[in-house]
Amino acid sequence: MTLREIKEILEAEVLVGEEFLDREIWYACGSDLLSDVLAFAKEHALLLTGLTNSQVIRTAEMIDLLGIVFVRGKRPEHSTIELAALKGIPLLTTRLPMYESCGRLYLKGLKGCSEFGSNA
Amino acid sequence: MPEEHPLIEMEREIAGGDFQRAGDVSSELKNILQRAGFPPAFNRRVVIASYEAEMNVVIHAYRGVFRARVYSDRVHVEIDDQGPGIPDLELAFQEGYSTAPPHIREMGFGAGYGLSNMKKCSDVLVIDTRVQEGTKVVMDFFLSPSNS
Ligand SMILES: Nc1ncnc2c1ncn2[C@@H]1O[C@H](COP(=O)(O)OP(=O)(O)OP(=O)(O)O)[C@@H](O)[C@H]1O
Ligand SMILES: [Mg+2]
Repeated sequence: MTLREIKEILEAEVLVGEEFLDREIWYACGSDLLSDVLAFAKEHALLLTGLTNSQVIRTAEMIDLLGIVFVRGKRPEHSTIELAALKGIPLLTTRLPMYESCGRLYLKGLKGCSEFGSNA
Repeated sequence: MPEEHPLIEMEREIAGGDFQRAGDVSSELKNILQRAGFPPAFNRRVVIASYEAEMNVVIHAYRGVFRARVYSDRVHVEIDDQGPGIPDLELAFQEGYSTAPPHIREMGFGAGYGLSNMKKCSDVLVIDTRVQEGTKVVMDFFLSPSNS
């Protein structure tokens, strides 16, 4: 599914990276642990998180995440948004909490990043 | 066999506790590898392991030097820090073991996965550490015929 579809499903607002909304997302992971994201994220993935510090953008850069959704209406500082713009990482924010955000996407068929189970 | 000359060499300082610039060095290495034309899956493992090691210096040590040597078919990375060292390396490698303080955990780090992830991503990982002196992490990544 595309980032644009994800934006609609999550009723999200785009903070930066409108030009990347046609990116095709294959997997998503919801986590507030960057250590986990670094260890388990797959390619073509989206991250949903409640963290808004600049290391989230750094982590996304290192593992080639295609986008980040901040849940529960969280917004990073301006400097963090600028870093994402520089790195070409689209940022979205949704008012939905983590569980509901992930649940909505999962119901629409977006798979998890987990190495376990059927999507391994 | 004579020692092959690296195509590209990189040497950068890493400052402990500097979270503004944390990741700069691994980001630069990523750009170098991309420009050198290595396959994305290979770059990904080099960059993830380098970033884990860079973050360990930022989080756990005082200062460090990051050196990378890029060859046609492999990448060699060394991260040499001055810091507290690791008293029990076997324990440190256990997933979930971390001495990171609460403010680091709030940033999303400190789950205790870094070292095992470095091992997973690299082909050779050697750690030399001395308590109250520092830690040296050496990693090698070989470009395999399967392109990763
Ligand atoms: N360069 C270092 N200097 C001193 N201690 C270190 C260093 N690297 C790792 N350690 C020690 O080893 C432990 C485990 O490291 P590891 O990278 O696996 O986890 P972490 O850094 O605590 O958390 P994470 O990497 O998941 O964010 C650390 O908590 C720390 O005690
Ligand atoms: Mg670590």
